[in-house]
Amino acid sequence: MIFDLHGFGPALLAGTLMTIQLALASLALGLVLGLLGALAKTSPLKPLQWLGGTYSTLVRGVPELLWVLLIYFGTVGLMRSLADLLGMESLELSAFAAGTIALGLCFGAYATEVFRGAILAIPKGHREAGLALGLSAPRIFWRLILPQMWRIALPGLGNLFMILMKDTALVSVIGLEELMRRSQIAVTASKEPFTFYMVAALIYLGLTVVAMIGLHFLERRASRGFVRSAA
Amino acid sequence: MNWDVIVQYLPRLLDGAVLTLQLVAISVLLGLILALPMGIARASQNLYLRALPYAYIFFFRGTPLLVQLFLVYYGMAQFDVVRQSALWPYLRDPYWCAIITMTLHTAAYIAEIIRGAIQAVPPGEVEAARALGMSRTQTLLHVTLPRAIRIGLPAYSNEVILMLKASALASTITLVELTGAARTIIARTYLPVEFFFAAGVIYLIIAFVLVQGFKLLERWLRVDACQGR
Amino acid sequence: MQTYKKFLLAAAATLAIGSQAVAAEKLKLGTEGAYPPFNLIDASGQVVGFDIEIGQALCAKMKVECEVVTSDWDGIIPALNARKFDFLIASMSITEERKRAVDFTEPYYTNKLQFVAPKSVDFKTDQNSLKGKVIGAQRATIAGTWLEDNLAKVVDVKLYDTQENAYLDLASGRLDGILADTFVQWEWLKSDAGKDFEFKGDPVFDNDKIGIAVRKGDPLRERLNTALKEIVADGTYEKINAKYFPFSIY
Repeated sequence: MIFDLHGFGPALLAGTLMTIQLALASLALGLVLGLLGALAKTSPLKPLQWLGGTYSTLVRGVPELLWVLLIYFGTVGLMRSLADLLGMESLELSAFAAGTIALGLCFGAYATEVFRGAILAIPKGHREAGLALGLSAPRIFWRLILPQMWRIALPGLGNLFMILMKDTALVSVIGLEELMRRSQIAVTASKEPFTFYMVAALIYLGLTVVAMIGLHFLERRASRGFVRSAA
Repeated sequence: MNWDVIVQYLPRLLDGAVLTLQLVAISVLLGLILALPMGIARASQNLYLRALPYAYIFFFRGTPLLVQLFLVYYGMAQFDVVRQSALWPYLRDPYWCAIITMTLHTAAYIAEIIRGAIQAVPPGEVEAARALGMSRTQTLLHVTLPRAIRIGLPAYSNEVILMLKASALASTITLVELTGAARTIIARTYLPVEFFFAAGVIYLIIAFVLVQGFKLLERWLRVDACQGR
Repeated sequence: MQTYKKFLLAAAATLAIGSQAVAAEKLKLGTEGAYPPFNLIDASGQVVGFDIEIGQALCAKMKVECEVVTSDWDGIIPALNARKFDFLIASMSITEERKRAVDFTEPYYTNKLQFVAPKSVDFKTDQNSLKGKVIGAQRATIAGTWLEDNLAKVVDVKLYDTQENAYLDLASGRLDGILADTFVQWEWLKSDAGKDFEFKGDPVFDNDKIGIAVRKGDPLRERLNTALKEIVADGTYEKINAKYFPFSIY
C-alpha cells in the first residue's frame, strides 16, 4: 500500500458508494428534466418555448455550488409552508435530496440542449410517416422519436454525466457524507491533507474511467445497425 | 424578500464580484497560454508527442475541481519542503492557490478544445499551404492556428462561462469572492434566500455580459465566414 | 422501455421527501462534528465529544431516545429551523443575532475567546501589535464576528468552513494567529499538532455563554433546562466535565 489510510479505508469506501448513489439519482432526475425542457423548447407553443429556454439559460448561468447552497438552505421556509398546507408536522430536505435536486437541475439544463439537438436531428419524414399511419402524438414521440433520440444524444449525455460525477463533490459543502466529505473528516483526524485528497482524486479518476467504459458499451449498443459516418 | 438588507450589503457583494472577475480573467488567460503547446502536441501526428500531455489532461479533467483546490491549498502545505521553498510566499496565499488550481484545471479543458479545433481545420488548406512552399512552422502560425482560433472560439467562450461558475469554489479556501461574500453575509443575517438569490443574479449578469462580449469578438474575427467548409 | 420506467421511478423516489413527526419518545440531537473536543467524528464514523455526552445525559434525564445528526456549521441554524433536528448542542454561543432566529436554554458552559500563535513568535494582542497580521477564525462563529467587529480594519481576517482547516493553516504558517474558544484551543494545544503553539495574551472576551438551541417557542426548551439543572445537581455534569478538562467549565 502506497498510502497509509489510518483506518479510514472503509469510511472512504462508504463515501464512494454515496457519491455513486448521488450521481445516479441526480442523473435520473436530470434526464427527466432535460427531456421535459427539450420538449418544451421544441413545442409549437410560445409560452412553453419560453419556459424551456428560461429554465436552461437561468440554471446554466449560476454556479452549481450556489444551487446546492440555495436549495439546501433556501427552501426551509418553502418546505415549512408546504408542510402546513399538507397538514404535516414537518417536512425536510435532506442533504441527499437537496444535492440530488440541485445537481439534477443543473444536469437537466444542459441535457435540455442535448435532447433538443437530438430531436431536431430526426428527419421530419419520420414524424410525418407516423402521422400518416394514424399514430397519436404521444405515441409518435414514445415509439418513433425517443428511441432514435437516445442514440444521437448518448455521447452528449455521457459527457454531462462525467461532469455530474465530479460535481457531486460540491454536496460535501452541505454535509452529505460522500467521498469528499469523508476525505475531509479523515484529514481532520490524520493531519495529512495531501494523502487523503490524493486518494480521493484517484477514486474520482477511477469512477470516471468506469463511466467512460460503460458509456462506450452503451454507445455501441445504441448504434447497432448504424454506420458511423465519417466526420 | 428583504430588499433593504440586500441593498445594505450590495457593496460587499460587488466587492466579491470584482474578485470573482479577477480570478476568472487571470486563470482563463494563463490557462490559454499553458494549453496552447499542449493542444498543439495533442493534435500532432507523432505518437509520443501526442501521449505526453495526456496524463495531465486526464487527471485534471477526471477529478473534481474542489479536490484539486484542496490538494493545492491544504495538500501542498503538508510537506516541509514546500513550506521552505521559494514558492511558499505564493502558495501560502489562497488567492494564488485559487489562480494556480483554476489555471491548471482550465488548461486541460482548453487544450482539448485546441486539439479539436486544429483537427477540424480542413486538410486541404494545410496541404495548400505546404504546396505553396510554407514550412511546417509557417503553416502552423499562418494557416492552421488562425483558422483553429476561429473554430475553437465558441467552445472557449463556453469554457470561460464554466470557469466563472467554477470560481465559486474559491469560497471554500477563505476567499471572499461573490459566493464567499454571500456566505459571509448570510452567517450574520441568516437570510440565505435573499443573498444566494442576489449572488445568483449577479452571476447571471456577468455571464450575460461575457456572452455578448464573445459574440462581438466572433463578429470581429468573422467566425461565421470561416465556419463554412 | 424498461429503462425509462426505471428512470422515472428513481426520479420519483428522489423527489420523495422524508418527513417525520416529532414523537415524544424520540428526538434528534443536532451537532456539527468538527469541533474537538466538544463534537467530532471518529474513524468509525461515530459522533463523539463533550456536547454529545451532555446531550445524551439530558436525553436520559428527559427519558427520550436521541439520535445524533450532524450538519455543517454554516447552515446549522437553518437546519434546526428546517426540523432536521430538534435541539442543537454544538458549543453555540448565545448571541442577540442568533436569538432572533432560535431560542436558547440556560448556558451549559461559559467560554472565552483567546488568541493562539506559535511559541517562537512574540505576539501581543493589543491593536498596534496586531496591525497587518493574518488572523483566522471559523466562519459564522462568535470569534469570527468579534474579529470583524473589533479588528476588521487592523488585521486581515480569514474565515474558515471548519476550525480544523484554520488549524491546518496556522500549522502551515499561512496564519499568524487564530482567535477561537479557549477550551477548544486548549485541547488542540495539548495535541501533537499544537505542541509548537501557545495562548497569547488574556482572553479578549470572557463571557461567551454557550447554550442549547431549539426552535422559537418550542416547549422543549423548558424540559432541557430542567434536565440540565438535574445533571448539574446529581454530579453527572461534573463527571463528563472531568473526562475532558481538569478544570470546571460550567
